Amino acid sequence: MALSGLQIYKLLPKTNCKDCGFPTCLAFAMKLAAKQASLDDCPHVSQEAKEALSAAAAPPIRLVKVGTGEKQFEVGNETVMFRHEKTFFHQPGLALRVKDTDDASTIAEKVKMVNDYCVERVGIDMTFNAVAIENASGDAGAYAEVVKAVRSQTELPFVLMSGDMAALEAALDVEGGHRPVLYAATADNWEAMAGLAKGKQVSLAIRSKDGLDELADLTTKLGDAGIEDLVLDPGSRDLAGSLAQVTQLRRLALKKNFRALGHPIIAFPGELADTEEGEIVAATQFIAKYAGIIVVDRFDPAVAYPLLTLRLNIYTDPQKPISVDPGIYDFNSPTADSPLMTTTNFSLTYFSVAGELDGSGIPSWLLICDAEGMSVLTAWAAGKFDAETIAKAVKTFDAGGKISQKKIILPGHVAVLSGELEEELPGWEILVGPREAVDLPAYLKQL
Amino acid sequence: MPVTVEIPKERWTGSVREVTLGATAEEGGTRARTVTIGGETTLPFLHFEGEMPRPPVVGIEIQNSYPDDWSPVLLEAWGDVLNDPAAWAKKAEEVGADVILLKLRGTDAEGNTTSPEQAAAAVQATLQATGLPIIVHGPGQAELDNKLLVAVAEAASGERLALGLCEDKNYRTIVAAALAHDHLVVASSPIDVNLAKQLNILISDMRLPLERVLMDPTTGALGYGLEYTYSVMERLRVAALTGDGMTQQPMICLVGEESWRQKESRTSEGVPEEWGNIKKRGITWEIATAAALLESGADIVVLRHPETVAVVHDTISKLMAH
Repeated sequence: MALSGLQIYKLLPKTNCKDCGFPTCLAFAMKLAAKQASLDDCPHVSQEAKEALSAAAAPPIRLVKVGTGEKQFEVGNETVMFRHEKTFFHQPGLALRVKDTDDASTIAEKVKMVNDYCVERVGIDMTFNAVAIENASGDAGAYAEVVKAVRSQTELPFVLMSGDMAALEAALDVEGGHRPVLYAATADNWEAMAGLAKGKQVSLAIRSKDGLDELADLTTKLGDAGIEDLVLDPGSRDLAGSLAQVTQLRRLALKKNFRALGHPIIAFPGELADTEEGEIVAATQFIAKYAGIIVVDRFDPAVAYPLLTLRLNIYTDPQKPISVDPGIYDFNSPTADSPLMTTTNFSLTYFSVAGELDGSGIPSWLLICDAEGMSVLTAWAAGKFDAETIAKAVKTFDAGGKISQKKIILPGHVAVLSGELEEELPGWEILVGPREAVDLPAYLKQL
Repeated sequence: MPVTVEIPKERWTGSVREVTLGATAEEGGTRARTVTIGGETTLPFLHFEGEMPRPPVVGIEIQNSYPDDWSPVLLEAWGDVLNDPAAWAKKAEEVGADVILLKLRGTDAEGNTTSPEQAAAAVQATLQATGLPIIVHGPGQAELDNKLLVAVAEAASGERLALGLCEDKNYRTIVAAALAHDHLVVASSPIDVNLAKQLNILISDMRLPLERVLMDPTTGALGYGLEYTYSVMERLRVAALTGDGMTQQPMICLVGEESWRQKESRTSEGVPEEWGNIKKRGITWEIATAAALLESGADIVVLRHPETVAVVHDTISKLMAH
């Protein structure tokens, strides 16, 4: 937990020597608390104070890295309970589980799907992040064979799931050093697990059978054994119980600075449900509420796309509207006779409209106005997308220079602006288009 | 040494108001039963910390005439009942509605504007077809909404309908109609805590008891502003639990209308292969939107697809179990 300026002041030499560049130790302490100065600027600070301050600066939820190279993802290091308080920083990694008892062809097919899947939304490529491989056979040799086969198909990191040390050891030998997660240390096997994980580039998941007390006990023991990259499975397998546990874990880490539980969470939505829909609901809950790694049992593009979209939504920084640059955009090589439309610079608005225009094959121009990154209705309600804004954009970007007939098409939601816009743009004809982007191609065809 | 973790609990001082929809014969209406929501003293489903005395409920949206602009997935799921609001309401009750939301269309499929008489008749027909409480929404054009909802309020006097959308530009008319004929209102504001609060104050100033006000924070579907709605609802609910009296209304989310309006749930041709099957995608879109908003404080989710209704009921019962 961050220290206050006064708490930091108590740790400083209090000599007001000014060697740090600030007039007093108190002033320096205040700057440190505001993270506008570095403790290194004080040449006289004691070792003890340095340790106290760096411990206080450590994130309340540890950052854990999974995978290597381009496929690496980071989870943890979250700082708030609610995204509106700041933002959620590290999207949960999504993994698909395969079992070493499945046929080789089924495994290969699933791995290919998850490895190749990539869907674009608002200019962002969304993908799955990992493959979980479960040692359901109980056979160490068979497990290692499957791990090796999957590695030949993908660079994605693995969650290696087994309670058998021999199986995990064999799997680690063949997985290729891609920083996997080992699942899971329990009250029964934690010492052996610690031995296996020690000194290796892995993170270790802990599964509690008996709630948070056992979990904290295990993380403390593993921490003492020198294993710090931990991932937590608090154990509940029902929707309400699991929501309670993940909320409690996040609160303990953030509000109580409870270090033993300040680690990312791993979740298995398929184990909370008997049906595919039940798994979707549980995955939705874990994306919204606090999971760092989510291992699903089923993969279908019609489900993957909404889940990835939800993850994108929840992890969007609420302070920053996503926007595109104002200006004139062209689609399908337009000419002076092609229609001109206008809308706002909210990226979702832009990409919805751009997708339709591009897909329609109809040559057209699109004038993007600076509406501070808001959607059409929101911007209109806030006075950021009015006749004046549109007229200004028309002039700034010389929209009239692109087309022979002075016509501009408004989004249907702001049909009320047409009168005012006629006054702002003398000599222009104002047309009202459809409300939704999806109806644009049909509208343009009948124009 | 065994570790004992002290479970951190928030000490909330406020609670969500209880609001009852519908009136039975004894109460001056004709409903077979009423539905009460609200009463939470903690964040959604955190039973270790406080009470959630009433489970969230599921509304099903029906319309007064054929919804020719609906997704083909929905048209197929409902079939012939779409032509008849009474048959549609009955079917909605069968597939698990706790309340019915009757949306009045501005025009029918032939382009004729809905008249106040037609609106009142559609509400009467729905009231006769089902014993469930009813929410009636206008087409969303302030002037027409006023005309239609005033006629509806009068025709269904005493039924404790919830009338919407009651917005800053038309709240006076809608609230007056609710006051005169013993109904509720659905106070709708555009994804903003302060505007939601302000509208509740204005409504309350007209002397409509807050026990008769539902709050619609405006729903953004998954991929279309869901995160804004999600966060505004969390902020409103935290404010309610902290004791801000003008944010303590139960929340209603128009999940079906928003989820099924999007390209993802309407279009099967010319979309990327990565989007998968249209029906499954559309239903998942609605399920994920509903589940996320239940987690952020929805007391009523209004849905469109019967399969989503079953999944959401199952979700609510799992989340209420403790």
